[in-house]
Amino acid sequence: MHESAKTKPSATPALPRPSGLSGFAADWASDQRTFKNVSWGKAMMWIFLLSDTFIFGCFLLAYMTARMSTTVPWPNPSEVFALNIGGQEVPLILIAIMTFVLISSSGTMAMAVNFGYRRDRRKTAALMLLTALFGATFVGMQAFEWTKLISEGVRPWENPWGAAQFGSTFFMITGFHGTHVTFGVIFLIIIARKVWRGDFDQERRGFFTSRKGNYEIVEITGLYWHFVDLVWVFIFAFFYLW
Amino acid sequence: MVNIPSSIDDTVPAAEVEDVELYHPHSWWTTYVFSQDAKVIAIQYSLTAISIGLVALVLSWLMRLQLGFPGYFTFIDADRYYQFITMHGMIMVIYLLTALFLGGFGNYLIPLMLGARDMVFPYANMLSYWLYLLAVLVLAAGFFVPGGPTGAGWTLYPPQAILSGTPGGQSGGIILMLVSLILFIIGFTMGGLNYVVTVLQGRARGMTLMRMPLTIWGIFTATVMALLAFPALFVASVMMLFDLVLGTSFFMPAIVEMGTQLQHGGGSPILFQHLFWFFGHPEVYIVALPAFGIVSDLISTHARKNIFGYRMMVWAIVIIGALSFIVWAHHMYVSGMNPNFGFFFATTTLIIAVPTAIKVYNWVLTLWRGDIHLTIPMLFALGFIVTFVNGGLTGLFLGNVVVDVPLSDTMFVVAHFHMVMGVAPIMVIFGAIYHWYPKITGRMLDEIMGRIHFWVTFLGAYLIFFPMHYLGLLGAPRRYYELGESAVNPPSAHDLNVFITLMALTVGAAQMLFLFNLVWSLRHGKEAGGNPWRATTLEWQTPTTPPPHGNWGKELPVVYRWAYDYSVPGAPQDFIPQNQPNPDRLSMENAS
Repeated sequence: MHESAKTKPSATPALPRPSGLSGFAADWASDQRTFKNVSWGKAMMWIFLLSDTFIFGCFLLAYMTARMSTTVPWPNPSEVFALNIGGQEVPLILIAIMTFVLISSSGTMAMAVNFGYRRDRRKTAALMLLTALFGATFVGMQAFEWTKLISEGVRPWENPWGAAQFGSTFFMITGFHGTHVTFGVIFLIIIARKVWRGDFDQERRGFFTSRKGNYEIVEITGLYWHFVDLVWVFIFAFFYLW
Repeated sequence: MVNIPSSIDDTVPAAEVEDVELYHPHSWWTTYVFSQDAKVIAIQYSLTAISIGLVALVLSWLMRLQLGFPGYFTFIDADRYYQFITMHGMIMVIYLLTALFLGGFGNYLIPLMLGARDMVFPYANMLSYWLYLLAVLVLAAGFFVPGGPTGAGWTLYPPQAILSGTPGGQSGGIILMLVSLILFIIGFTMGGLNYVVTVLQGRARGMTLMRMPLTIWGIFTATVMALLAFPALFVASVMMLFDLVLGTSFFMPAIVEMGTQLQHGGGSPILFQHLFWFFGHPEVYIVALPAFGIVSDLISTHARKNIFGYRMMVWAIVIIGALSFIVWAHHMYVSGMNPNFGFFFATTTLIIAVPTAIKVYNWVLTLWRGDIHLTIPMLFALGFIVTFVNGGLTGLFLGNVVVDVPLSDTMFVVAHFHMVMGVAPIMVIFGAIYHWYPKITGRMLDEIMGRIHFWVTFLGAYLIFFPMHYLGLLGAPRRYYELGESAVNPPSAHDLNVFITLMALTVGAAQMLFLFNLVWSLRHGKEAGGNPWRATTLEWQTPTTPPPHGNWGKELPVVYRWAYDYSVPGAPQDFIPQNQPNPDRLSMENAS
């Protein structure tokens, strides 16, 4: 019995398969694997993200229901999320910067994946750490935003401007997303350390799973990271811009 | 044009994935306790589920004692009665049925039936069990906190679920319930991802999706559904927890309690119902689909006949799974939602009857002119079909808005769902345990005890739940602590309640016999051998019984046929295992 070397796509010989719809049918009609050349880890992450999509979907739908059914006016996000810069109220400026930072982090993540498959240890680790830094910056700015709102009197159960559900949904949804980002940062740091140390070149075994890792984990972490980024786009659109 | 093997006579494709290297435990602890072997995890899941299920059984006795002999057992006051109802429902639906079918049978059967060595992520699989155990402990802790567990009913509807008038509503009870649900969902997700990826990506050579036993199809579809439905419950639990702990008003409207205006206001209780039932209705099929799958295999094996309409059976499972996501509001006809929704949801609900009926016809047609062996698994399978048809028919009453409105919240509903998603799946669980116990332990369960268990359980379940339909038609409401002298509770109804209670105690006693059988047969059961039922599926073809760590020894099995080659004309035996090549192919290979 050997290590699951061939669960990573690069090691699998490309199968001759028909293209298009008949290829799709052939894959689903085949034995062993439905998604050819997709490793177990990647398949798991995709299915997890599908499940997670339903969680965020439910949160956002609940928020929209609350916002549409409340009898008290909803606070105006442009005014609430404005920063006073140089004597001027600039609406949504902090959120714009946060969004920019998070989307930039997706770019560095994509570069890390690229260098990972080239087995460029240093650049991969550096770019992952940069991604983690962007992520941490995002969470930091979110903490600043929370602090500001709390000091202005926004609570989960009330706020000075209107419907109490504004504060509840705000803290719940951004908090849940921020938790995702925080977990992402932690994963990024752990994986970056492994890349840096050369675990995937030496086929070092995982501490918990005792399985040998490979560079694909960079891509899997990237999938998660892009997902968290994408979710933010929806939160941004539905919560801040609506 | 690419050469895709078109018939079973063609060669089996080469292995695409190298054999995995398993984690080999080094100590007693990692072998039997913190085990990463799916079979051990399955047994852990099953034993935990059965243990907490026993609590639910005792709770049902206590409720029946109160209903049969109101006022006689003074320790059952109204609050306790509601707590018993709540915990009984929640334990049975989630912590017993879901956990046993997916965590128990899923873990045991998926790798074995697919010819895999283990689940794809054994470590996450292990974590799944320990989180489940933690969820069960947190749930059970509700019995020991001041104020007791929550008494909100298993649906936990707000606002009453978190008001002080409800037992456990403003104390630890409801918090523990919600936290336990959240833990369960996180744990289940870890296991569920394993089951889905193993089915999709971890099959043996030759094992195509359309050669999988229906058991796997049922468990697989149910797991996919669970991964998409549990998020709604997760979100609902988190939001209710915030309403309770942080004082938010997601589900809480402006409300006056005991003359005091509460701080809440502007929330929507119906939002909770939508979220809950978006989970809750698929949950019915998360429990039912594995039962459908397993019972198909039991019937085919014990009637020595291929399952009738295999492809239709698969598609029916998939279609039921998909439809079950767009029927949830049929639980909410009287909730105050827009009445026009009722039309849509009644229509989709009744459409589900079509694939379900296909399945029932196919089971019956599988039995038709089969070589039926009335073994205990077969008895339970037959019991399932009858019970399920009964429960399904009353579903037609409750699915229609106009018929549902007067029946809503009566004992008729209790009778319906206990028949269709209580008794019926539990029949399958029993049948499955009698069927696979020889593989798990190497010994047969005792036949005589098994027959007593079946007949008492099957007939008893009917005697319990059939009269409840009548009570419901009389108008007897459900969840009432005491009916007293009312128009809906004439003396005849009261006599019936006494009768139901006695039957419930009898059926409960039969379960004690079953548990005794489980333990007794471990030592004294007949030696089973590797394949006592002469079944075709891969789990019966393992080199040793019980299957070893890694399941298959050196060589992974190769699959040459579907799972239902029973009584094939001209074959030397009345079954051909899935991993047996065609005889003419064998002779060809020998000749070359």
